Amino acid sequence: MAYPYTHERETRVISRGFGEPEARTLDGWKALGGYQGLKKALEMGRAEVIDVVKASGLRGRGGAGFPTGVKWSFMPQEKQGPHYLLCNADESEPGTFKDRELMRWTPHQVIEGCLIAAYAIQAEHVYIYCRGEFFETNQVIARAVEEAYEAGLAGEDILGSGVTIDVTVHQGAGAYICGEETALMESVEGRRGLPRVKPPFPAAVGVFGKPSTINNVETLCAVPHIVVHGGEWYRQWGTDESPGTKLFCVSGHVRRKGNFELPMGFPLEDLLYDVCGGFEKGRKLKAVIPGGSSVPFMTAEDCKDCSLSYEGVVEKGSMLGCASVMVMDDRTNIVKQVRRTVDFFAHESCGQCTPCREGTTWLSRILLRIERGKGTEEDLDTLVDLGRQMTGTTICVLSDSAAAPVISSIEKFRDDYLALIRRGEAVGTA
Amino acid sequence: MGDNGHDSDTVTLTIDGLEVTVPKGTTILQAAEALGNRIPHYCYHPGLSAPAQCRLCLVEVEGAPKLAPSCVTDAQDGQVVHTESESAKGMRQGVLEFYLANHPLDCPICDQSGECKLQDYVFEEGRKHGRSREPKRVFGRDDFGGDVLFYGDRCVMCTRCVRFMDEMAQDPRLTVVERGNRSIIDTFFEEGVEGSPYSGNIVDICPVGALVSKDFLHKARAWDLDHTPSICPNCSQGCNIDLHTRDNLVQRLKPRPNLDVNEYWMCDYGRHRYEWMNRGDRIEVPLVRRDDGHEATDWPGVLEPLLESLREGKGPVRAVASPFVSNEALAALASLVEALGGGEIVFRSARADTEIPLPGFPKLTRRHDLVPNRRGAEILGMTRVGSDDGSSGLDELADHRGTLLVLGDELADLGPDFGARASLYLYLGSHPTPAATAADFVLPITTHAEEEGTFTNYEGRVQRFWPALQGPGAARPAWLPLSLLAARMEGTRSPSRVDEAFLRAGELAPEFRGLAYESIGTRGALVNEPAVLPEG
Repeated sequence: MAYPYTHERETRVISRGFGEPEARTLDGWKALGGYQGLKKALEMGRAEVIDVVKASGLRGRGGAGFPTGVKWSFMPQEKQGPHYLLCNADESEPGTFKDRELMRWTPHQVIEGCLIAAYAIQAEHVYIYCRGEFFETNQVIARAVEEAYEAGLAGEDILGSGVTIDVTVHQGAGAYICGEETALMESVEGRRGLPRVKPPFPAAVGVFGKPSTINNVETLCAVPHIVVHGGEWYRQWGTDESPGTKLFCVSGHVRRKGNFELPMGFPLEDLLYDVCGGFEKGRKLKAVIPGGSSVPFMTAEDCKDCSLSYEGVVEKGSMLGCASVMVMDDRTNIVKQVRRTVDFFAHESCGQCTPCREGTTWLSRILLRIERGKGTEEDLDTLVDLGRQMTGTTICVLSDSAAAPVISSIEKFRDDYLALIRRGEAVGTA
Repeated sequence: MGDNGHDSDTVTLTIDGLEVTVPKGTTILQAAEALGNRIPHYCYHPGLSAPAQCRLCLVEVEGAPKLAPSCVTDAQDGQVVHTESESAKGMRQGVLEFYLANHPLDCPICDQSGECKLQDYVFEEGRKHGRSREPKRVFGRDDFGGDVLFYGDRCVMCTRCVRFMDEMAQDPRLTVVERGNRSIIDTFFEEGVEGSPYSGNIVDICPVGALVSKDFLHKARAWDLDHTPSICPNCSQGCNIDLHTRDNLVQRLKPRPNLDVNEYWMCDYGRHRYEWMNRGDRIEVPLVRRDDGHEATDWPGVLEPLLESLREGKGPVRAVASPFVSNEALAALASLVEALGGGEIVFRSARADTEIPLPGFPKLTRRHDLVPNRRGAEILGMTRVGSDDGSSGLDELADHRGTLLVLGDELADLGPDFGARASLYLYLGSHPTPAATAADFVLPITTHAEEEGTFTNYEGRVQRFWPALQGPGAARPAWLPLSLLAARMEGTRSPSRVDEAFLRAGELAPEFRGLAYESIGTRGALVNEPAVLPEG
C-alpha cells in the first residue's frame, strides 16, 4: 500500500507513478518506460498515430467524452500556418483532483502525451494551461518541461526526427470558466476568460485564430501507453463504447477517499463499498454525484447495478463527466449541498450570457431562503422553471451545469425540500 | 445554380413561413430584418461586432439541436427558421424575466423610459408578473465623465458601449469588471470618457437607461418629443440627424443612420451645439427704415417699397451670404443679384485647425469647416473672405455705396455703421443685430431648423432637412422673398415650393443640374462633377 491508498482491484496504467518520487524526474520516468511512446510515434508517422488512438476508442476525459482520435482528425490536413495543441490542466470542477495528481507525480507522462498529440496534429506549439491555484504543480510541470528541453525531447529536432515542438506552461489566474475550452484560449491570448461562440470550432479557428486542439490532461496521459501497446491493448479494459481505464476521484462520506484507476464499466456499488470501504457505522448511502458538481444527482436506488461507463451512468439519468464521484450519506442536507454548489457557479459565471449571469444568483438566493425555512412550494416550481430557462440558452454549458443539480435534486429529493418548507426542519445536518 | 433563378452568391431561406433571398454571409437576424421582422436583441448593433451574449435573439432553426443566436448564425440555403415558435418565445420570455430580476424598475424617473428596449420587449412578450422575491443587487450611479452618466442597476450588460469605445472610437475607456452577477461596466481611470470626441454615441446605443446624457437629464420625456430628420449644421460633414423637439424647442440631437455619411454616429462637437436654434431674440416681422428708426410692417408693406427701390437701381450690387443658409436661399440670392445686374457675393465661415475623425469609420470626421454649406456657396460662385474665426473681411462692403444685400450673416463683429453709406441696404436675418441698424429693409427669415431645404456637404452631397420648429411671427424661409423679388425684377414666375426653388440652383450651377428632391430622398445625392467649362 503506497500512494495514499491503492486497492487490488485497480488497474494502474496512467497512475502507475503515483507515490513514486523518482517518477517525477526524467530519469525515473524513463526507467518506468517513459518516452518510448514518443519515440515510437515519431517513427510511425502522424496518420498512423491518429489511427491507433482512434482504434483504442479513447474518449476525452475532461467530461464530454468525445473520441480523441476523431477530434484530432478534425484538424486541417494541409497546413496553412501554425497549429496549436492546448493541454487543459485547469482542473477546477468541484470534487475533481485527478489532473493535479497526474501532473504532480508524472509530469513527464503529461509532457509525452502532449508531444505525441502535437506531432499527430502537426502543432509546433503546446500550451499547458495549468490552474492558477496549483502552485506546486505549476513548479513541478515547469521543471519537467525544462528537463525535457535539456534532454532534446522538446524544442527543435526532437530525438533527431527533425520535428520541432515547443512547450509552454501557462499559469491560470484562478477562474473556473477558463477550463471551458474557448475561454481557455481567450485566457492564453491574454484576455478575459470569456467563452467564445461556436461555431467556428477550435479545429478551424482556435487560439490566436489558428487551428487548435484541446485535450484534457488525463486524455493525453493515456496516449503514450496506447501508442506503445496499440489500440487493441487498450480495449482489453472497459466497455465497447467506453474503452480503457479511468481515474475516479472519490470524495465525501466514504471511508477511503482518493484517486482510483479502474477499468471503465466498473460497478459503482463495488467502488463505494469495496474499493472505498463503504460508510461509517450506522450510515447509509443517500446520494451520489458521479461526475463532478455539474451533473445530476443519483439516488441510492439509481446506484444499484450502475456501470461506471459513459453510457452506463447516462442510463441511470446522470453523466460520468470527469468521474468525480461525490458520495453523500444520510446525514447530508441536500438543500444546503445544492445551494453551495449553485453558489459556486454563481461566483464563477463569467457574466456574459444573461440566463447564466442572472439565473445562477437567483437560484442561489431562492435556495438560501428555502434553507432558512422561508421558502414556499411555489419556489420549487420557480426553481425548476428557471433551471429550464438556463439550459441550452447560453454560449457555454456553465449555465446548464448550475441548473442540473437543482432540477435533479428537486426531482429526486423533493421531500428534503418540503421538510424545510413545511416544517422548517432540515433533513440531515452535514 | 443559374437555372433556379439565383446564383451561388445568395441563399434562400424561410423565416416564419416567408421565403427570403439574401446575399451569402447575411445573418438570420439581418435576413429577418429584410422581411420586416425585427428579432429582439441587445448586444447586436449593426455598426459593431456581435458577441451573441444577450441571448435574446435566439431562434429555432429546424434540425439544429439548440436555439441559435440569430445575430451570429449565417443564413443557409433551405434553412427553416421560426422566431415565433413556442420554444423561441418561451426562451425570450425567460431571458426577459432574468433581465428584470435585478432591474430597479425605476421607469418613472428614467430618461430612457418611452424609448427603452427593455420596456418595449417586456411589454410585448414578458411575463405578466415577475416571480422574483429576492432583494435586488444595487450598484448605484457613476459619473463616466463627459456628458455621460451611468446607472449601473439599469444596465443589461450588452457591452455595446465597451465595444463602441474599442472598435469605433478606438479609445478604450470602458471595460467590464468583475464576473457573473457582479460584473459591471466601469472606466479605467477617473476621467472616464471625458474628452473622447465621439463618446456621446454610447448614450445613443445603450438600449436601456444605463447610460444617459447629463445635458438631457430629466429635461423631457421621450414620448413628448417630436423627431424631425435634419442635417447637423455644425460642420461640413453633414451628419444625418434627428432634431428632437418639444414645446417648439430643440431638446437634443440624435444621429440618424446614413451609411454613406455618418453610419450610426455623430460627434460630440456637433451634438452639443443646438442651443442657438432655440434663441428667443428673433426678428419676427419685416422692418422698414423711417427717419426715427425701423418700423414694423407686414410682408406686402415691405415688398412693394423694396421692389420699387430695387427697380430704381441703386448702383452696383455687393452681397454677403451665410453658409448656414440652404442651397435654395443661396440660389435665390444669386438669382436676385443676377437680376440686379450681377455683383460679387462673399461669405465668411469659421474653420478649425484640426479635423477629428472617428477611427472605426474615418469617413465620418468633424471637418475643418464649421459650417454646413460652404460647398453649396462655392458651387454657386460665392467667395470666402475673412479669417478662420468667421469674422472680418467685410471692410470694403461696410462702406459700399451701391446696393448692399446681406443674407443670414449676423455680422456680429460689425457695428451700427455697417452699410450706412449704401444707397440701398437690404438685410435678411433671423436675429436682431446692431449691424442691421442702417438697413433700409429688414426681412425676417427662418433658421434651418424651421424650414425645409438642402445643404451641400464637404464632398458635394446634397442632403435634405425638414422643419422641426415653428418659425417666429412672420419669418419665412429666405428663398421665398428672394426668389419673389428676383422673379418680379425679371418678370418671370416665382417658385412657390422649396423643391422648385432648388431647381433654380440647377439653372445657376451645372453641379446641381439634374438633381431633384425626389432623387435626393432621405439619403442625399452627390452633385455632378463640375462640367468641363466651355472655352472662354
